[in-house]
Amino acid sequence: MDNLLHLAKQAILVPTGIQESDIHRVMDQLISGTVDDGDIYFQSSHAESWVLEDGIIREGSHSIEQGAGVRVLSGEKTGLAYSDKIEISELLAATKNVKAIARQGQNAKIALPSRPSYSPLYSSVNPLSSITDQQKVDFLRQLDSRTRQLDSRIEQVIISLVGVQEHILIANQGSSLVGDVRPLVRLNVSVIVEENGRREQGGMGGGARSDYNYFLDQDRAFSYAQEAVRQALVNLEAIPAPAGSMTVVLGSGWPGILLHEAIGHGLEGDFNRKGTSAFSGRVGERVASSLCTVVDDGTLVDRRGSLSVDDEGTATQCTTLIEDGILKGYMQDKLNARLMGVKPTGNGRRESYACTPMPRMTNTYMLPGESEPEEIIASVQNGLYAKNFGGGQVDITSGKFVFSASEAYLIENGKITQPVKGATLIGNGPDVLTRVSMVGNDLELDSGVGTCGKEGQSVPVGVGQPTLKIDALTVGGTDV
Amino acid sequence: MQTEQELIRLETIINDLLDEAKKQGASNADAGLSVDNGLSVNVRLGDVETIEHHCSQGLGVSVYFGQKKGSANSTDLSAKSIKETVTAACSIARYASEDQYAGLPDPARLATEFKDLDLYHPWDISADDAIDLAINCEDTARQYHADINNSEGASVDSYSGIRVYGNSLGFLHGYASTRHSISCSVLGERNGDMERDYWYSVARDQKNLDSFELIGEKAAQRTVQRLGARSLSSRKCPVLYSAEIASGLIGSFLGAISGGSLYRKSSFLLDSLETQVFPDFINLYEQPHLLGALGSALYDAEGVATQANKIVTDGILNTYLLSSYSARKLGMQTTGHAGGVRNLCISAGDKNLEQLLKNMDTGLLVTELMGQGVNPVTGDYSRGAAGFWVEQGVVQYPVQEITIAGNLKDMFQHILAVGNDIDYRGNIRSGSILIEEMAIAGE
Repeated sequence: MDNLLHLAKQAILVPTGIQESDIHRVMDQLISGTVDDGDIYFQSSHAESWVLEDGIIREGSHSIEQGAGVRVLSGEKTGLAYSDKIEISELLAATKNVKAIARQGQNAKIALPSRPSYSPLYSSVNPLSSITDQQKVDFLRQLDSRTRQLDSRIEQVIISLVGVQEHILIANQGSSLVGDVRPLVRLNVSVIVEENGRREQGGMGGGARSDYNYFLDQDRAFSYAQEAVRQALVNLEAIPAPAGSMTVVLGSGWPGILLHEAIGHGLEGDFNRKGTSAFSGRVGERVASSLCTVVDDGTLVDRRGSLSVDDEGTATQCTTLIEDGILKGYMQDKLNARLMGVKPTGNGRRESYACTPMPRMTNTYMLPGESEPEEIIASVQNGLYAKNFGGGQVDITSGKFVFSASEAYLIENGKITQPVKGATLIGNGPDVLTRVSMVGNDLELDSGVGTCGKEGQSVPVGVGQPTLKIDALTVGGTDV
Repeated sequence: MQTEQELIRLETIINDLLDEAKKQGASNADAGLSVDNGLSVNVRLGDVETIEHHCSQGLGVSVYFGQKKGSANSTDLSAKSIKETVTAACSIARYASEDQYAGLPDPARLATEFKDLDLYHPWDISADDAIDLAINCEDTARQYHADINNSEGASVDSYSGIRVYGNSLGFLHGYASTRHSISCSVLGERNGDMERDYWYSVARDQKNLDSFELIGEKAAQRTVQRLGARSLSSRKCPVLYSAEIASGLIGSFLGAISGGSLYRKSSFLLDSLETQVFPDFINLYEQPHLLGALGSALYDAEGVATQANKIVTDGILNTYLLSSYSARKLGMQTTGHAGGVRNLCISAGDKNLEQLLKNMDTGLLVTELMGQGVNPVTGDYSRGAAGFWVEQGVVQYPVQEITIAGNLKDMFQHILAVGNDIDYRGNIRSGSILIEEMAIAGE
């Protein structure tokens, strides 16, 4: 952790000539008077992306984003100002701006937090320089030609490679600086196949808080390509999906987006403090069948959704959301934890210095059960097996959520039969998990592709689950 | 006047970027930058919740070494950053492939006339006044009905920005614009069921914003109307998209005729030029030079002059939406659509929403859609929906936890009517759209 702090200071403070004592001076001004808390968030991100299309490296881009955000908290109020220039004069000006929020604030300072203890969950190697630019483009070209050789029906291959290195420095009231160095890489392969005039797409990607070698290990990149092609070819055979309420078996891994949408958002502290979530005030109640235990775990090594320390300087943890079907607790940032009289859970995240932190998920997944996946399928007379999904969305107040299947099959007499076209599944968050009647023993986390949007802010997240059987869920096909 | 000076300063930076690119050996380059300032306040339950002061800036540069292209961007506008950003772009270009279609647009197509589109109307509002306005808006909503019992709050946002774009063909232009909005979201509860809805107004000039009373009332009314919603049994029936969500349907059409989707063959409307894509009473046209409108612009993202366009006439597709790159890939000419359409309108019929409900007789009025269940390659469409069940032209009860599904190609062919209740709050202006039949899945 000291090493992380050292690296973050090197990246952010050294080039700007800012001393730690300067930051303390700004913090003193920020915290003075009738405010509860405040922080300064420094960020310096370097990102690059490469796109291969039609067999050529069509474009690449490099981007630098840096700045500092100054925040003050007073009661339920938040003031935020920021600057793209990391300079003391800018920080002081921002401080002056945000202090206006505290004009009617209470004088109720919380106890000084001690410096959090955390260890790095990922390497601080810069992914952008983990392999040379020449190696990156050679890798993409090779992957393209290997992908095209997989099937003669492939019409189009698009591959994108993205890498980010982010340095974070957080100044909190009463504690010394907290630093983090966050790598993030992502590779995506999408293909279009054509047969007899019918065209279908398939896509697969993955990523981690690691460097580009992650995609070379175990030939992971090529496994994405194989998966993308497999999905596209399956879709060539798909018939219209059924419409209506039926038994649905969800595959392991990425279909865990169910948990993210159906319950995850509804268990974020801000909505519950405000009483706007369908889960508000329901801690201790049954919200799932006794087979279900769901956690949000920011501490998984190298995972896309993990953070050594959250964006408010709180160490991440594994928070039990639902245990044996009973709602246990919410995910919190500092503001909402304070207002609800509980401890922060390391879920305070922000897209960048220009945004206010909010309670956000990290890696949300369901613990494995005891059923064999084959046994689950065999138990279904007629239903849908949904193996892969696109995105989802939830209305946290009504509890209604959707997630869209991109690869699904009919189950007939206990057997997987025909593939069906993509369809949206819709349900009600507070009761969908009460209909879980079987939980597989095959817990799998997603491949590292999740991005969650909330109030306009995007953050990387992870999901996971074992194979699940839901006794009734509405499937939005066209075959009424 | 301050804006004038800022424009000159930013134009100088663009010239510096282009000069630097040339110095580093680029045969061509283009560069853009933006500076934005804004105030955003959110109140909840009668008190201020957040005040955000926004000031962000960014520059982007693309360089060409012959047919090889590289890009870079940065949030730092300093001289040192200009040099580093150009270096980063050049370094990437070295590794990009020779792409025979890459390059700046045809110089003859660049915009040369720069009239004022009336997009800049700064709102001199203090944080305190913005808070008061938001509180008044939220109060209106909270007092609207006894079932309104909680709030997500009301917001007032005001942004002003400057955009400058230039390229090594000699194009250099910048302009200032503003954008202001008021929004409100409240919750209602009846028999233990909670619902939430919202409303907003947005305009270039704050004088054109709806009153806070109207926004608050509409937010509360929409919430109350949803209370008691139930699911439907699965069925096929007509579907009426209300104006505020109909623009999304048109957006899917525009995506399918845009150059990027076409040359990647990821469109369900390949080879559809000069074919019937809508019923013959449908016209889609674009008015990029409307004064003070949200989507107005004199030129596209690469400096090509925009012009009034008839995209669909009598249901027949006249043109794709192309940038220089996608046009070259398809062996065509740019249509000035790098960055998309500008004030796209769908021809309205003579009926308002009430008359369209009568026209539909029995079916589903959809007022909210959830999820992204649209397959751009096949046009297959399946999304979560909420709205109202309608019989004999009269709303019966609110519905939710249903999906609506079909295929876009087919849905477009079977539009029965477009309302005159046009929603002007976006770049796509549409009235409510009635579709002959879709599949509903429910309980």
